[in-house]
Amino acid sequence: MIGLQHYMVVGAILFVMGVLGIFINRKNVIIILMAIELILLSVNINLVAFSAFLGDLVGQVFSMFVLTVAAGEAAIGLAILVIYFRGRGTIAVDDVNRMKG
Amino acid sequence: MIHVLAFYLFAILVVSSGALTILSRNPVHSVLWLILAFFNAAGLMILLGAEFIAMLLVIVYVGAVAVLFLFVVMMLDIDFAELRAGFVSYLPFGLLIAFVLLAEIVLGIGLWSAGPIELAQRAAPTAPDVSNIKAIGTLLYTRYIFLFEAAGIVLLVAMIGAIVLTHRARGGVKGQNIAKQNRRRPQDAVRNINQPIGQGVEL
Repeated sequence: MIGLQHYMVVGAILFVMGVLGIFINRKNVIIILMAIELILLSVNINLVAFSAFLGDLVGQVFSMFVLTVAAGEAAIGLAILVIYFRGRGTIAVDDVNRMKG
Repeated sequence: MIHVLAFYLFAILVVSSGALTILSRNPVHSVLWLILAFFNAAGLMILLGAEFIAMLLVIVYVGAVAVLFLFVVMMLDIDFAELRAGFVSYLPFGLLIAFVLLAEIVLGIGLWSAGPIELAQRAAPTAPDVSNIKAIGTLLYTRYIFLFEAAGIVLLVAMIGAIVLTHRARGGVKGQNIAKQNRRRPQDAVRNINQPIGQGVEL
């Protein structure tokens, strides 16, 4: 039967996928943002799994807040990406340290 | 039996589409794999009985976030081949880190034992006869109303921030300035002259 640990392993693998995505796509900030979305998704899977197996709804409420933060983070991140591209003509994040406010 | 089959289907699909998200050559394909991952994660949440979160995943992640990604990927004219240059050289180090992290997490899950769980201490126990959406709504609009409004403020700040960041005043675009139109008086704009015959009008 499928238990809590199965869901936790899925969450762990997805989390590691996200971290690996950040490491191997170090220049492409769009893929980095997608990898962060994968990490937040794995966190949501863990929260909902614990909530379901414990029979406590607070985990699902908290998972909704994680989702809110993920949506806001994607919007702000992509906005920063757009103005960065407008200024430099590329989105390689190797030379972001040249960015002055 | 069908539960086990569905779990493995969704789990394998979510993991493999997550892998293809980060490995795809074309970022448009990455976004599409990300959408598939979100759908399958929603399936996992359905299996857990969290219908509201599953619905939210489809609406918010697929409907808003992934489409936003798709817009940005298609709108910006980016040379993606150049951005992939260091991919192979980063791969061994990334795999090492990923392997170590996964081993640590799996070890942690394997060794984890939380002790006896005090079921009476649950903050919001699920009632057997109330549907998931109704229970979450009751909880969210009563006990967690301030947190719910705080989430709304987070979204408002994100929206205003995104607009402020990307807004720019374009040059060479003619727009209507209503205040300027209303300020204009006849004596500024009209003049009566006694024009002599045979001469042009001075403007």
